[in-house]
Amino acid sequence: MSLIQGETGEWEMVIGLEVHAQVIAESKLFSGAATAFGAEPNTQVSLVDAAMPGMLPVLNEKSVEQAVKTGLGLNAQINLSSVFERKNYFYPDLPQGYQISQYLQPIVGEGVVTLDLPDGSAKEVGIERLHLEQDAGKSLHDQHPSQTYIDLNRSGVTLMEIVSKPDMRSAEEVGAYLEKLRSILRYLGTCTSNMEEGSMRCDVNVSVRHPGEALGTRTETKNVNSIRFAKQAIEHEAKRQIALIEGGGAVVQETRLFDPNKGVTRAMRSKEEAHDYRYFPDPDLLPVVLDADWVAALKRDLPELPDAKKARFIADFGLNAYDAGVLVAEREIAEFFEAVVASGKGCDPKQAANWVTGAFFGALNRDGIEIAAAPVNAAKLGGLLELLDAGTISGRIAKDVFDAMWDSGKDAAAIVEEKGLKQISDTGAIEAIVDQVIADNPGQVEQFKSGNEKVLGWFVGQIMKASQGKANPGMVNQLLRKKLG
Amino acid sequence: MTRLSELTIAQSRDGLTKGAFSARDLAEASIAAMESARPLNAFITETPERALEMAAASDARRAKGEAGVLEGIPLAIKDLFCTEGVLTTAASHILDGFVPPYESTVTANLWRAGAVMLGKTNMDEFAMGSSNTSSYYGNVENPWRRQGENRPLVPGGSSGGSAAAVAARVAPGATGTDTGGSIRQPGAFCGLVGMKPTYGRCSRWGVVAFASSLDQAGPLTRTVRDSALMLRAMASYDPKDSTSVDRPVPDYEAALDGRIRGLKIGIPKEYRVEGMPEEIEAIWRDGIKWLEAAGAAMIDISLPHTKYALPAYYIVAPAEASSNLARYDGVRYGLRVPGATPTEMYEATRGEGFGAEVKRRVMIGTYVLSAGYYDAYYNKARRVRALILRDFTEAFEKVDAILTPTAPSAAFAIGERTDDPISMYLNDVFTVPANLSGLPGISVPAALDADGLPLGLQVIGRAFDEETMLRVAGVLEDAAGFDAEPAFVAGR
Repeated sequence: MSLIQGETGEWEMVIGLEVHAQVIAESKLFSGAATAFGAEPNTQVSLVDAAMPGMLPVLNEKSVEQAVKTGLGLNAQINLSSVFERKNYFYPDLPQGYQISQYLQPIVGEGVVTLDLPDGSAKEVGIERLHLEQDAGKSLHDQHPSQTYIDLNRSGVTLMEIVSKPDMRSAEEVGAYLEKLRSILRYLGTCTSNMEEGSMRCDVNVSVRHPGEALGTRTETKNVNSIRFAKQAIEHEAKRQIALIEGGGAVVQETRLFDPNKGVTRAMRSKEEAHDYRYFPDPDLLPVVLDADWVAALKRDLPELPDAKKARFIADFGLNAYDAGVLVAEREIAEFFEAVVASGKGCDPKQAANWVTGAFFGALNRDGIEIAAAPVNAAKLGGLLELLDAGTISGRIAKDVFDAMWDSGKDAAAIVEEKGLKQISDTGAIEAIVDQVIADNPGQVEQFKSGNEKVLGWFVGQIMKASQGKANPGMVNQLLRKKLG
Repeated sequence: MTRLSELTIAQSRDGLTKGAFSARDLAEASIAAMESARPLNAFITETPERALEMAAASDARRAKGEAGVLEGIPLAIKDLFCTEGVLTTAASHILDGFVPPYESTVTANLWRAGAVMLGKTNMDEFAMGSSNTSSYYGNVENPWRRQGENRPLVPGGSSGGSAAAVAARVAPGATGTDTGGSIRQPGAFCGLVGMKPTYGRCSRWGVVAFASSLDQAGPLTRTVRDSALMLRAMASYDPKDSTSVDRPVPDYEAALDGRIRGLKIGIPKEYRVEGMPEEIEAIWRDGIKWLEAAGAAMIDISLPHTKYALPAYYIVAPAEASSNLARYDGVRYGLRVPGATPTEMYEATRGEGFGAEVKRRVMIGTYVLSAGYYDAYYNKARRVRALILRDFTEAFEKVDAILTPTAPSAAFAIGERTDDPISMYLNDVFTVPANLSGLPGISVPAALDADGLPLGLQVIGRAFDEETMLRVAGVLEDAAGFDAEPAFVAGR
């Protein structure tokens, strides 16, 4: 919890989120039209999406399955009976004049998400509900000087609205919540959660109070489309509310818009929000009735989710919570890490974690590529770690070998062989180098003998250098002590 | 010989089968009849060229031995059904110039069965009305006249153009839709058989929606047999309509065996409404006698929530309509009256595009769904609806079908009741319960009143038991021997 110091004492933020997540499905919620991102305007529009006269919605089962999987992933109650209702309002990119949504009876009820906070602690945030609804189309205002064009590609695409309880107390917690939600949805394969592409958007409900007091009046800020913006919007909104209250005013329950250019929120014109949505059950659709066995089968087939995976990485691999958290944040990374451990026979999982999060991530970031495109795959990285753990190469050489692997795409063993990088563990060969270095540096030998232990490290460095890094450092130490002893 | 346009569907079918005439002969006769019946204003769009093409194709199929159930039969189509490449208006200004690129499931089924389209019939705007006086395309006249009077009468509504076209012998059958009585009541007013099948029996896909939970397509014909024939072709399970029901479509004609001995017919006491003309009481008594004579047993039943059906209907139907009609906003098709802002465009387009009755219902519907009134109106109406269904469910534990009058009066004159919407809404008092409960209902012409106007009897059946309902209707039809003809018959 982070408190804000005001003139009248400390203030606490109370935050709840409504996240709109676009469901991964081949077709829209109630029509067979395609859903690919970035298609030419109005090329993915069925007669239903355009609300032609006499057209009727037919529920896409895949969307229902995705919502149920997501509910299960959020440890939530799955409602075996739910109802689609019509939310009525006029807007040019809403062809039906109503959005089909769920209102009184959503498909998913209460659940919980565990946040991993930057300080290593965990916090639970309650989920109020998840419901299915149609997305609207897009109004394009930049195509003509005085007219608005409408693109209906997005019209009817399936959204899950995931509503949290007002359990968050800081912008950091909101960031952690969005990251966790994104991670879970990606693990489940139910939403790509790309806020830049708009496949995940959120509305932020914020109120402030002195700690321990009753909830204050909240505002809802819309149009927040990145985690960074969400944090900005919250900080700004909380400060605005505190200033308002401390200045003798009162917070008005209202809908606000986030302006990403200025990092501020502003009130929507009252006309924009004065809606009476006149919800009523959509008579074109039957209630959604789920079979308990079907839900149980989905639950059984859920992939291992980040929390469980993290716990397992800590228990089975001895990783610390931070490393485990970093590795499980993305399913792809976690799977890569496990593949590295599996392929590097006898390799140390902690060492594997360091290599994945260190050299490997570093190279990915430097080249700006995804795991799938990396020239070093999990088996190859495992092979490198295997050589390292077996003492075939030293840690320093391993870094060079990794770079060579990244550049050439070759196996570690091949590079080590090719470049003659095998660690020298032959006593005779090392002894010859040690003797030579001692003979060349009588001054340093004197210093050591007069009690300067630090010189030992200098000798090791010289010997490693002379062996081009290939000498086994343990043996070098041992021999040095014996000779100088 | 009778004019070809005056044959029933069954007679036309038999003549076609025997080779007495061709589909083209029938189409030409109907096209001529359609032209001569223009004073009735029964059609919004006539499609004679398409009729001739379809007739030629039908004759070709028959020559190859591929005749469907309605092979070569000319039909009129209510202008609520979307027809590919043919103007579809719902009788509203707001759908100006709307030519659907798709065909409704029901009409597609009819064409697959071999039927031939004559044109699109006039109706109340968006099927809202009981007199066909709310059409943007003008009133439809009933081919019947009161004896000794030449005042034009309403054909009933909303499927008034379809009813007038069949009654005037332009087409042997027509499609209608029935949300609160819009097939059965015009059937009764025009001396026809009008059937609303069970909700879910015919697909609603491609039918311009009025009230989605009540709308159901059905046939208007001159005989019960024709009604059975048309329903067989119209009905289907349609995956594109989530409320359509996946059940096999029986051969309804085969059910018309006249055997109702031992059947129990319910007579609901609540259908004796105050102010109902004695003549209607009398035909109801006649109906009871006819069915008893055929061996059926009459059982007095009670449907206690009947009196709440009409108010519940006039909440549920406008509520759904207010939402269904939101898509007519001038953005994508039909009429657009420009405005400086989207809101101004909506207001101008909808203000000009919708007629008074549609606006009234959109406003009622918006009101009953609005915050603060929802529970008092819409939710209460839904509960009433459940009680009405329960009334019927309990009644059908004791009886096999229910007999009632179809409408509380005969056809009235155009302009006679338009000053008071409530008295207009009362036309539907006997028909809305079947819509609210989803049950099938059929109106059969039973007799003429003292003015020489037809009166109908209604049979309500169990859900998806159209066969028993049709069997009972067939017995009533035989016993009534209704053979009166309207004042106007096309071509005479």
